[in-house]
Amino acid sequence: MTEHTVRSFSADLEELSGDIARMGGLAEDALSDAIQSIATRDPLLAAGVVARDPQIDTMQVEIEKKILRLLALRQPLARDLRQTISGLKIAYELERIGDLAKSIAKRTKVLDGAEPTGAFKGVARMGRLVVAQLKRVLDAYSALETDAATSVWTRDEEVDEHYTSLFREVLTYMMEDPRMISSCTHLLFVAKNLERVGDHCTNIAEEVHFLVTGETLTTERPKVDVFTSK
Amino acid sequence: MASGAVSGAGATGDAGLKAVARTKVRARNVSVFYGPKQALFDISLDMPEKTVTALIGPSGCGKSTFLRSINRMNDTIEGCRVEGEIDIDGEDINDRSIDPVLLRARVGMVFQKPNPFPKSIFDNVAYGARIHGLASTKKEMEAIVESSLERAGLWNEVKDRLNQPGTGLSGGQQQRLVIARAIAVNPEIILMDEPCSALDPIATAKIEELIDELRLNYCIVIVTHSMAQAARVSQQTAFFHMGKLVETGDTELIFTNPRDTRTQDYITGRFG
Repeated sequence: MTEHTVRSFSADLEELSGDIARMGGLAEDALSDAIQSIATRDPLLAAGVVARDPQIDTMQVEIEKKILRLLALRQPLARDLRQTISGLKIAYELERIGDLAKSIAKRTKVLDGAEPTGAFKGVARMGRLVVAQLKRVLDAYSALETDAATSVWTRDEEVDEHYTSLFREVLTYMMEDPRMISSCTHLLFVAKNLERVGDHCTNIAEEVHFLVTGETLTTERPKVDVFTSK
Repeated sequence: MASGAVSGAGATGDAGLKAVARTKVRARNVSVFYGPKQALFDISLDMPEKTVTALIGPSGCGKSTFLRSINRMNDTIEGCRVEGEIDIDGEDINDRSIDPVLLRARVGMVFQKPNPFPKSIFDNVAYGARIHGLASTKKEMEAIVESSLERAGLWNEVKDRLNQPGTGLSGGQQQRLVIARAIAVNPEIILMDEPCSALDPIATAKIEELIDELRLNYCIVIVTHSMAQAARVSQQTAFFHMGKLVETGDTELIFTNPRDTRTQDYITGRFG
């Protein structure tokens, strides 16, 4: 896209995209470390995730401030307006992802010493899938690729299916051995958190699509409900 | 809709005001020449009643020329030639049977710089009504002046000094006085050529508020350089560039998701 006549306006918008990309990087690192810490029961790695979360929160506040200033000073229109508003919403989604990563990491401590069941492997697999979704949607944002964003949006179904099958699997572990209930419940929460991250990724995908095309992804996304598809 | 121009309206099935409003002014293939130089190329645009149509575009793009062709103001310019057809309620305004003076009573105009006559506030508003013989008694004339000033949102500010010169009012008040003068002759259409560019933000806000009220009764066409103003006051926006109509559509769509990259570039401040 051509430069604005007022060059500092273009610079402001570029800075916004850069900030979002950096914040996305932090959220991605937090999430993949959190999953790793659960999979390897590594409390040190988990503590790092918890300690770094305020960074993500601060970035969201900073981005909001910059967007407020941009709206007041530049009164962006058309695509500039969409970019500004989607920036605001994506920053919110990333902040939520950061929180969920923190909450996953926190469970490492209680899972320390738990029996290494297949459930851990399942959670790790689902985690890798969700991290890949997040990475893909952030790349789509940076490259303004609406096709890539749409594919993230449709692939959330896979995450949901993963969650459903993990839910069933963990349930059987608990039935087999009541001593596993505690750790398995924590793993279920982790899986639920991952499923939520997947939803936030689709929200970001919707924002990218809106930013690029000016239209909203309206068709209902296929959803799998764990409680009705027993 | 415009030939050769992108139309954003209806593309997303928007059933706004415009969809129900009847076309008041219909321009078809309008070209305007100043001597050998062509200033407007083949403009086709429908301007509905009870709707504000904003004409936007960089300086020299032809939007004011187009505006002036709606009340045949271009006739007064030496060497200016208008081709194509402009209808008001289906009647060709360039037909020989049309008296341009009567036409301009139906199509009022407000300019960038307020231009009150060097007369009293009362006489400024009464002037047109008097020429057109709209009042037969003094009482009737007073009623016309009062209701016009009322509708222009100026009555309360000037009711105690109607005999003072109109030129003594502030810029914003003068502009509303000129609008009162325009509506005193019961026009059907009001053309505005950058009516707020010489006004401060408060006076501008008052004029915008007034435009919003006038819209209920008139077809309004406004030329403005303020994108924010066009977005605020109009329901339909037409973007002109180098004498051509590039894109027209619902204002909301033009300012959030324009179809043409030239429109996008202009409204986001990338050229012009």
